[in-house]
Order: sequence, then structure tokens, then C-alpha cells
Amino acid sequence: MRYEAPESVEKACQLLADDVGHARILAGGTDLLVQIKTDVLDPSLLIDIKKIQELREINTGSGGFRIGAAVTGAELKEHDGLRAAWPGIVEAANLIGSTQVQGRATLGGNLCNGSPAADSVPALIAAGAKVVIAGPNGRRELPVEDIMVGVRKLALTKGELIVSFIVPPRPKQGGDAYLRFIPRTEMDIAVVGCGVSLQLDADGTCTFARLALGAVAERPLLVGDAAKALIGSKLDAKAVDVAAAAASAACRPIDDKRGTKAFRIKVAAVLARRTIQIALDRAHGKTGTTH
Amino acid sequence: MMVETPTTAKGSHADAVATASVVALAFSINGRHCAVETVATAMLLDVIRDQLGLTGTKKGCDLGACGACTVLADGRRVKSCLALAASYDGADITTIEGIGTPDRLHPLQAAFIRHDALQCGYCTPGQILSGIALLAEKPKDIAAIREGMSGNLCRCGAYPNIVAAIAEVAGL
Repeated sequence: MRYEAPESVEKACQLLADDVGHARILAGGTDLLVQIKTDVLDPSLLIDIKKIQELREINTGSGGFRIGAAVTGAELKEHDGLRAAWPGIVEAANLIGSTQVQGRATLGGNLCNGSPAADSVPALIAAGAKVVIAGPNGRRELPVEDIMVGVRKLALTKGELIVSFIVPPRPKQGGDAYLRFIPRTEMDIAVVGCGVSLQLDADGTCTFARLALGAVAERPLLVGDAAKALIGSKLDAKAVDVAAAAASAACRPIDDKRGTKAFRIKVAAVLARRTIQIALDRAHGKTGTTH
Repeated sequence: MMVETPTTAKGSHADAVATASVVALAFSINGRHCAVETVATAMLLDVIRDQLGLTGTKKGCDLGACGACTVLADGRRVKSCLALAASYDGADITTIEGIGTPDRLHPLQAAFIRHDALQCGYCTPGQILSGIALLAEKPKDIAAIREGMSGNLCRCGAYPNIVAAIAEVAGL
């Protein structure tokens, strides 16, 4: 196995494109290095992207955020502007592992590890974030929900890597939240995860909503029917009931040691309700953290 | 910096290590400059223990779960078993050997003794390093200490005393 730490995106893409074996991108390494140690993966080349400045920065411009793929969860938490605008994204990223892991684990790695239970992904999908992808033929953008196409399967072609996440400005009277269900209080993997982003107009009618679920299918899901139930409503009990039912209906989970199909389907609705409520409180300007 | 050697097709991690390329690294460890050559696949933990002989940093699970291997890298706590040594070229590393001396203990070490915050002691170097970083993060209450220390397991179950020791030094 070779190790390279290029200092430009172009060089990293070139290394990826030229590799005839099975190169892997090393961001924080909190998933990849475990997979190498346990013989799940045996890469021919590790391309460490943490020396590429563009991937290490959070830039604010035009009210939104451009978050480098190799920015760590700890760095997200330390960014006051991002925490104020998108607390759901920051909290989701900081549910991943312990503080020691958060000092290394990245948004790009959480997405590209390709786990349907990745905590940051439903939060990013709910926020309407896009991904900037660099490759041999230049750059392109895709919505976050289009990146993961199955367990450990990504919509990236050879030589491509994720450079950054583009998160829109926080909508006026908007709020987001992410909750997950785990049987422990810390250091666990989501049985179900739910991200919600909402926007209200002056009289409290919901004008925009996105709800995404994790760990209930082979990939994170954007639940359009849940958003439909919320948009145009005052987020009254009936609208939330319909959205929660839509969340359950969208699930196509597996039975595993963390939870059964039936349990996940039921919990999806419960989490949807709770997450909508927190996002609503935030849209009304209430602050506070969920964890 | 790179010396390339042939790579294996599909083999065990041990095979991969045997054929990995060699990297030359320089970092500061407990304030002392050190230069090592190691395989590209080496973890920071193994370099610290096996090449530098600093065995105060412990190997527990070796999979990033238990926290026994916690060290400070540029002031931030990391699990050295999940840190590729090659990624830390130029870094400033602190291990338990850099914290206090037998006659001049770090205040957190002294508090661990006062509160009986250990039994077998295996996890203690990691607990101390993690606790020192947590103190710098200024935990606001006991719940924040408990959450902040959730990456360090203690098989003996000294958790209440560990939390009490950190709380005392934090002034909570």
C-alpha cells in the first residue's frame, strides 16, 4: 500500500484516475482505517486529502456555506455562524463517535463511507445541501441525496472525489433539526435517523419543508410525501400526523441486531414528529440544543 | 519522501504492512523533536509505543472504540490507534509521559488519586489525556463531562470517580 498526501484537488484526482488497483481517499480515517485493520479493505493506495487547503475550510459567502469535505465534526461545532444557521447539521455531525473521533471524522467521509446510517447525511439532505465533485473532466454538482445509491455504493465515477458541500443560507423563519434513535446515550449507530428543515411565512404557514431519513433503507431517503403534507399547513397536529405516516410509509428497512423492520418503521414516525417540532421551535426563533 | 515497493493484490493487513511503502516523519513529542521512518500503514499508536518506546499510551481495542490510546495532537485529543502516523508529519504530540512527573503531578492526575478514579489503571493514561483536553473545552456541567468523556471506556467502572475528579479540577 502506498500513501500520498497531495496538496491540490487536481493532483488527488490524477492519483485516483491513474491508480490501477483500488485506491481509497483518506479523510478522517475513522471508518477506513478500521476497515483496513479488520481486513475488510486492502487499498493499493491511500490518498490523504487533509493537506488540500480547499477541503479543510468553511467559507461563508452570499449567506450560505461552502464546507470542505475534510472539515471535521469538531471544526463544524466551533464555527459559530454555521452552528447558528444550521444547528441540525452540526448536531448530526457531532453525534458521530466520541470527541476523539469528532476531531478527525469528516462530512465527506461520513457520506463516502456509504453507510445508510450515516448521521450527517439526512441532516444535509434536509438542508438542501449540494455536493461539489471534482474529477478528470472538471467539476460538477449533485444534491446530497443523489450521492449514495446503495450500501457502500456512490454515484462517483473513477477519478472523482468530493470537494465540498454547498449549504444554502438559512431561510428567514427557517429551522432545522436532526434526531436519531439509539438504545444507548452515546457512541452508537443510528437505528433510525431523521433530518428536517422547515420555513414559515409571516403568519406561520409552512412554505418549505424537507424531511430525510437514515438507516431505514439501502440509502438515506428524502421523503417527498412528508414535505407535501407539511407545506401549506400551519404544522398543526393533523399535518404532522400525515407527515409522520409518510415517513413510516417510505421506510424499506432490514431486520438486524440494532432493530427489526417493524420497529424501525414505527420509530421513523415518532422521530419525524419530534424532529419537526424542534425544527418548528427553531423556525420560531427558539434556541437550544437537542443533545 | 516516498519509497515505493510492490503492493500485494489481496492479502491480510499484515501482508499489506509488510509491503507498504516507507515514509519519513518528523514530529514533536512531549516537546522533544523526533524523526522516524515507518511504513505508510503504521498507526500513530504503534509508532509511539514500538518505535519511540513510550509505552504509557495503551492499546486496548485497536479499533477506535475504547479510548485507551488517546493522545493530544496539536492540542486536540485523538485516538492514536485510528490515526495514520503519516498524517501527523510536523504535528505536536503529547502523551502521558509529557504530563506531570512523579513528584509534580498534573492537577488532574492528583485529582484522580484523591477521587480513586482508577482501579487497574490501564485506561488511565487515555482518561487523563482526554480529561485534560476536555478541561480546555470548558465543560459547563457534569452532563457535559459525562458526554465529553464518552469516548473513554473503563472496564473497572470507575466512571463516577473519573467524572468527580474532572469536575473538581474544572471547578464544578
